[in-house]
Amino acid sequence: MRVGAQMRRRVVVTGLGAVTPLGVGAGVLHERWAAGECGIVDGAGACTDFDPKEFLSTKEIRRTDRFSQLAMVASGEALEQAGWNGDYGGYDPLRVGCVLATGIGGIHTVESNHDVMRDKGPRAVSPLGVPSYMPNAGVAAVAMKYGIHGQTYGVVSACASGAHSIGSALRMIQYGDADAVVAGGSEATLTEFGFACFNALQALSQEGISRPFDARRDGFVMGEGAGVLVLEEAEAALARGATILGEVLGYAATSDAYHLTAPDPTGGPASSAIELALKDAGKSVAEIDYVNAHGTSTPLNDAVETKALKRAFGEQRAKQIPVSSTKSAIGHLLGAAGAVEAVATLSALRARVIPPTLGYEVPDPELDLDYVPGEARPLIMSNGHAPAAISNSFAFGGHNVTLVLGGGE
Amino acid sequence: MSAITTEQVESRVIETLASFGPDVSQITRDATFEELDIDSLDLVELAQVVEDDYGVILKGEDMKELKTVGQAIDLIVSRAE
Repeated sequence: MRVGAQMRRRVVVTGLGAVTPLGVGAGVLHERWAAGECGIVDGAGACTDFDPKEFLSTKEIRRTDRFSQLAMVASGEALEQAGWNGDYGGYDPLRVGCVLATGIGGIHTVESNHDVMRDKGPRAVSPLGVPSYMPNAGVAAVAMKYGIHGQTYGVVSACASGAHSIGSALRMIQYGDADAVVAGGSEATLTEFGFACFNALQALSQEGISRPFDARRDGFVMGEGAGVLVLEEAEAALARGATILGEVLGYAATSDAYHLTAPDPTGGPASSAIELALKDAGKSVAEIDYVNAHGTSTPLNDAVETKALKRAFGEQRAKQIPVSSTKSAIGHLLGAAGAVEAVATLSALRARVIPPTLGYEVPDPELDLDYVPGEARPLIMSNGHAPAAISNSFAFGGHNVTLVLGGGE
Repeated sequence: MSAITTEQVESRVIETLASFGPDVSQITRDATFEELDIDSLDLVELAQVVEDDYGVILKGEDMKELKTVGQAIDLIVSRAE
């Protein structure tokens, strides 16, 4: 039997948290990006305002890689906003889940332990190595810190990881496996080795500038950070009097099955992800008011994403919808990107303000959508409906994910 | 190897345990690892420090019986003799 949309439960957003190169907090991410501020310095999007000692105990810091620390702090902010106050919002802890993504895991820990082994031999490697660098270390740390006893696991799909985690969490609640889920992703790969590896792929901007969709774009700028959402089953959230910040309306994921790093040049599978997500959400192309693009600032991604948007929305509608890229303000947060960008999209919908694609000045003749150049603009809702947007995430490995997000009434 | 004094070991153990999280004022000979929130992973790290500094090898079964800071210090000193 095919499970129809009518059997699924609605999923709302009650908490947002972020640590990004624009600062600690989901609010500061939206406000500074909308004000046209960029968090990229010297070709990297580092979270320079983030000092784990301000938020975590000595023990928590010693036992975690930076990617887990970012996840813990963003989760703390999201849970505080949701108003859970240590009582799980009244939910049975076994019915609360946590799904957190990372593209790479604890590379700082891998590197430092490898240094120790080289200098002092294998017996000197820390017992905290594996539990710190495993890709599920972030979700494990958050589950332990907040006593989450339902399904908890990590999600790995390179730069689509964060969006996949929100999609997984959505399904978990829709189909009744959980009543609330803490979902998102984190990444911390700004090490010499991390830069060397991405440079070897010729993926990084040699100019150190993130300017998605601009004719001069020459690669992405690597960033670090975390984004976390608290998702709850709608009726339960309303019953407990939670403030509804938005809604996860739909999700779909496809795979290029084409190349390890290059996107399918037709944009076909990426377009399918967008189309299937709209169908999943029960939304028409006319009901989407904003596209938060994957927009990496690489020549290939931005061209293929433009093509995919045209295929999914139709030439005419695609040119009407404002498209902007969060990566223009914070760089590419890899496995955290989809989650941070979901936070940014929901904040934009809630504020009814579309932040711009920073640095976009020279149009590429091939790329002819409205990339929101210059400054932020008001979000215009077609037909007066509640605002809705899509957020795209595409990844090395050919993973494509689209989330459909709603801004609430 | 020159003789290792209990005082030396005590000072090194307290310093190491303090770096794991607990406040140094809490770390007395009678304090239990449970009270200090020192778990098996911390004790493996302590064993690495002890091996590095004193050449004393402490295995998992040695550590399992340890309940207090004082017991750990005494074990290390006895093995070093």
